[in-house]
Amino acid sequence: MRYVAAIGALGGGVDGPSLLAALDYDPQFIAADAGTTDAGAFALGSGATAFSKAAVKRDLSLMLRAGLRARVPVIVGSCGTAGADIHVDWVLGIVEDIAQDLHEDLRGVAIYCEQDTAYLAESLAAGRIRPLRHSPELEPDTLAGCERVVGMIGVEALQDALVTDPQFVIAGRCSDAALYAALPLMKGFAPGLAWHAGKVVECGTLACENLGAGVMVVTLRGDSFSVCPVGADLRCTPQSVAAHSLYETAHPYLFREPSGTLDITASTYEQEDDVTVRVTGSRFVAADDYSVKLEGAELVGYQAMIVGGVRDPLIISQLDTWQENIRRYVIGSIERVMGVEIDDRRYRLGFHVYGRDAVMGDLEPLRRPGHEVGIVCTTLAPSQDEATEMAKLCRQPLLHAPIPEWKGAITGFACLHSPAWVEVGPLYRFCLNHVLLPAEGQAVHRLENVNVAASPGRQSALTQVGL
Amino acid sequence: MRLWECASLIRSKNAGPFWLTFDVMFSAAPPYEHVKRSGVLTAERFAELYGLHVEDVDAFECDQALAFKFSIPRPRIQGDFGDADMHGGQQYAPLLEIEVPQP
Repeated sequence: MRYVAAIGALGGGVDGPSLLAALDYDPQFIAADAGTTDAGAFALGSGATAFSKAAVKRDLSLMLRAGLRARVPVIVGSCGTAGADIHVDWVLGIVEDIAQDLHEDLRGVAIYCEQDTAYLAESLAAGRIRPLRHSPELEPDTLAGCERVVGMIGVEALQDALVTDPQFVIAGRCSDAALYAALPLMKGFAPGLAWHAGKVVECGTLACENLGAGVMVVTLRGDSFSVCPVGADLRCTPQSVAAHSLYETAHPYLFREPSGTLDITASTYEQEDDVTVRVTGSRFVAADDYSVKLEGAELVGYQAMIVGGVRDPLIISQLDTWQENIRRYVIGSIERVMGVEIDDRRYRLGFHVYGRDAVMGDLEPLRRPGHEVGIVCTTLAPSQDEATEMAKLCRQPLLHAPIPEWKGAITGFACLHSPAWVEVGPLYRFCLNHVLLPAEGQAVHRLENVNVAASPGRQSALTQVGL
Repeated sequence: MRLWECASLIRSKNAGPFWLTFDVMFSAAPPYEHVKRSGVLTAERFAELYGLHVEDVDAFECDQALAFKFSIPRPRIQGDFGDADMHGGQQYAPLLEIEVPQP
């Protein structure tokens, strides 16, 4: 069987002509991932999205039109960046707009996978939530403090949706590779090949030798799969396909999925034609326990900042002391004026010194400042007003902190803005690095049949609850 | 010869919000094999460059991909207060200057 990976990130700009050309390969579905944790925890925390509505609509419209033309389902996973319920609904709203634009009734399935934190607390108490490597023990308070938690779905939920022969599947947080493995596994293809092929194309054309616009076509066979880019000057090589498995993953050969582990240690890659690579030897080892990776975001606080720079070589020569003096002075005035203590938890003060070690922080081996340095002074507090107040209290000490070489008043800091402070807004943090082992019959996702009418209006019905 | 002069790509990136991963990639087998044989790019060397304990560094030699991979727990959770590299994309620079003996 064949299928098309339209793009690695829905909203990033699907290449329409390539997608159309790929339909000549007679694909049995078209899919794209729409999520990432890379942009930060704000999407999961706030419900916002990384891509604009217009960008997502453009790409999804191209995919749906291609799907209608080829009469195959369009599958989108990790909708709206974080794949929470609010994001699934956001994308369903876009599908509604597209249906009206196309004058087509559309029939599909939405998959929701946001988790109830009270229910998770029960699972934690029952020993059904386990930390992944290098994670602290999970406290019940952390769960209660999450703005949202999503459970990453695997192929099973997608397959429940695909048996209804939908025109579209709009899924919440989803394993990227599962988007592409779900249908092949239903058709009986070897799990190792089905999962590995999905892994190769989940980032779209990133598995090619060079960057460029296009789509990826996968051909699955009994003993191998092939990946072929469709797009100008795109080419896969054995090395480019093998190397893509390294991208954004901690382990180059083992990839944990809800139902088991993809093992590509023994995979072999060969050039099939000028642009196509054939892969064999990938294995999938089924897990004893089905596990659902949890992603949660908590509100850390609100931030404000002051941005500026220092050019005086005498200050730069004693930057650590100068900075520490300012820090101590500011902590004192925050205590005096606001009556709060910098506790490095709820109230925090931070300095990023660009030109010295801002980018790498503790990992920086060369802590040597340049001839000028940029300084971002950040504050964190439980409310925006307090964070802003703290930033205001940083301004004078930054400007006028003395150094022994100069007598009299100095202005040792160049402010970039007026007012000097900038309100940054809420800060969210990923706070779960854990898996849920669902109990027998515990629902981790919900399916909803969705009929989108060419004229305004949407009817949906909850049809199934289950793993 | 320094590592950046023989590698085709040296990069770093988040591997999820809690891990950083580093790839040193080559476009042909000879330089990859040479660096591998020279023993200059190891978990020990990586730990030394970044001031880490060697047991916190996962190191891989990926022969088919012609690449070395190192993964470490993130010093700060991605995007937490104080983290200044949201995507983890600018953490690889110390690797560039590793001295590789002439073949």
